[in-house]
Amino acid sequence: MERWRTARADTDDSLPLALASKGTRGTVIDAVNDAAREGGAKAGQKLTDARAICPDLIIEPSDTEGDADWLARLGLWTQRWSPWTAVDGTDGLLLDSTGVSHLFGGEPAMLGDIQRRFDDLGFTSRIAMAPTIGCAWALAHFGERDRMIASSDTLDTMLAPLPVASLRIDSDDVLLLRRLGLKTVGALADIPIVSLARRFREKEESRTNPLHRLEQARGRIEEVVEPLIPQTLYRAAKRVAEPVLYVAILKPILADLAEKLCRKLETAQRGLRRMRFEAFRVDGHIAVLAAETAAVVRTPDHICRLFAERLETLDAGFGFDAFALTALWHEAMPAHQKGLEDDEAEGLSPPHLIDRLSARIGARNVRRPIAYPSHIPERSVVWRPALEQNPPISTLGPERKRPIRLFDHPEPITVIYATPEGPPKRFRWRRKLHDVVKVEGPERIAPEWWRERSTVRLRDYYQIEDEEGRRYWIYRNGLTDDGRGGSPDWFLHGLFA
Amino acid sequence: MHIGATLQEIFAASADASAIGLSLSQIDKQKPAPLLWVQETRVLSDFGRPYIHGLPVSLGTEPIHVTARNAKDALWAMEEGLKCPSLSAVIGEIYGDPRALDFTATRRLAVAAERYGVPAFLVRVGGQADLSGARRRWRVKSQPSVPHPYNPKAPGTPVWSLDLFRARDMRPGQWDAVYDAAAHHLDLVSPICDGAVADGARRYG
Repeated sequence: MERWRTARADTDDSLPLALASKGTRGTVIDAVNDAAREGGAKAGQKLTDARAICPDLIIEPSDTEGDADWLARLGLWTQRWSPWTAVDGTDGLLLDSTGVSHLFGGEPAMLGDIQRRFDDLGFTSRIAMAPTIGCAWALAHFGERDRMIASSDTLDTMLAPLPVASLRIDSDDVLLLRRLGLKTVGALADIPIVSLARRFREKEESRTNPLHRLEQARGRIEEVVEPLIPQTLYRAAKRVAEPVLYVAILKPILADLAEKLCRKLETAQRGLRRMRFEAFRVDGHIAVLAAETAAVVRTPDHICRLFAERLETLDAGFGFDAFALTALWHEAMPAHQKGLEDDEAEGLSPPHLIDRLSARIGARNVRRPIAYPSHIPERSVVWRPALEQNPPISTLGPERKRPIRLFDHPEPITVIYATPEGPPKRFRWRRKLHDVVKVEGPERIAPEWWRERSTVRLRDYYQIEDEEGRRYWIYRNGLTDDGRGGSPDWFLHGLFA
Repeated sequence: MHIGATLQEIFAASADASAIGLSLSQIDKQKPAPLLWVQETRVLSDFGRPYIHGLPVSLGTEPIHVTARNAKDALWAMEEGLKCPSLSAVIGEIYGDPRALDFTATRRLAVAAERYGVPAFLVRVGGQADLSGARRRWRVKSQPSVPHPYNPKAPGTPVWSLDLFRARDMRPGQWDAVYDAAAHHLDLVSPICDGAVADGARRYG
């Protein structure tokens, strides 16, 4: 609802408005604004019912996917407070704040900061901090105030007055518990678990078993936040007082982050293979740059250079106010004592060269050939990105003479005059006539019948030289009477030096 | 006489791989190191890509191949490559006369090549010889090959006509050269009586 309102700034808030989507049982309202809520419409209601209660309701289609997308992005954005965040349902975010709050001046100050940031974005937020996920969820959704903090001592007393629905359980379980007269969490907690266990026997394995949920909320059963990023081990973060508007200022910040990260990695004896630079924008967007290296690195300079070329592509908008450099993939890299000669060496090493080329030109454009055991010329080489660690090249290959250049796609040539069943005497390639002076061949290369269709034709390759001494590698695709198509065509496949 | 690591510019005739052959023939085979091969996309689509089974076996090196969108990227990649002393050579192929390829750009390549000791070959396809900082500038064309020892109808060892039209450390001249890929050896076949040629013969001998 609020995302919709920010997108349409001209909306009049005094008119009742609802966002609705089509469900299996007719159109259902997903969200309503304050005016509509006063008029009697509420989320989850059928559209026809709402229309009856509040006739002047304005209906707009809701954008469920967009909401989920936005929530996931917000989830990443909240990593400014904690590296361990997750999306909860359709409208919640979970942050693991263990050991984080002191960075923001204590727990109340951190919650205040979070709420203020969400207010700035135009969202109403309800925030709770508690030793367990269950308790925090219950307080955030059903607590009296929109900012609550529970500690392990006050956990049970704060949970007690909340309705059972706050335990993250299914609606039919809520109904059942209410029928049993158990309306609050406190009432449920007072009853010995064993006596209730039978009622929820068929739900024993389920995650939404009320008893299981109760124990989770009270901290008897451990529950962890499943983070958006599986593991964030090595990360350097930095916040600046004034938002950075100019990309030129990013360089020293990046250098600083790289330095920090490398120091962390050095103590752990690890090196980077893939990393990500994030710049958190004031308005909730994150600009992300990723870089990959061919060999493990732990040199701040090198890391900076991988990003430096692309910093200019970032859109600063209203400015960045927090930055993070995260190691996405790291490998063991023992500390290395510099030899006497190492100091003398100047310039780059090949892996560093590959990193830099890949960073600017693109990993797909920096490649290495690998010999592949096949007789078909174009299959005998596989081009792999140089960033991948390739097996060393094997010099196996055809014993025959091969051209120095090969075309990606063999080019058709028009044969003007040929000896029967033999090489052409004169042909046209790229609008120019060539007279064949010398020929060697044919070298017959049969199709790989075990992987190709039966209509693929064999090739007869000839090495030819024209009147000016240029040497080509041409082939005839098929034979005249092989029953796999009409008369064979000629192609030019490579050039000899 | 050892060929110092520097920038050489080689002008290729169209659809003629002899310029690449000349570049490869000058790479020091004693140094088993990777080769950086930069190609502009236009060259790649018009003249194909290097084929490892056809490269001289004696080089025994695997190239790092870069496909550059334009001449600017190609020149940048070449310069980065030249800063890497453990490469055996840097070959760059550029089509036509792009604006990015001016005297400053070639001069930068030449200086980088000499400073880090990596030979650089700038292969120009369909280009005009404008002002350049290259230390040696060649025009290369294929010539009818040497007769095959066993089969008179077959193409034999390739012959290239070399035209060194500008050079800083030797006298310009023209001569024909035979390249023996197996021995990685460049020979001159029709020596003209000229001091520069004798000099050149010793150079490639």
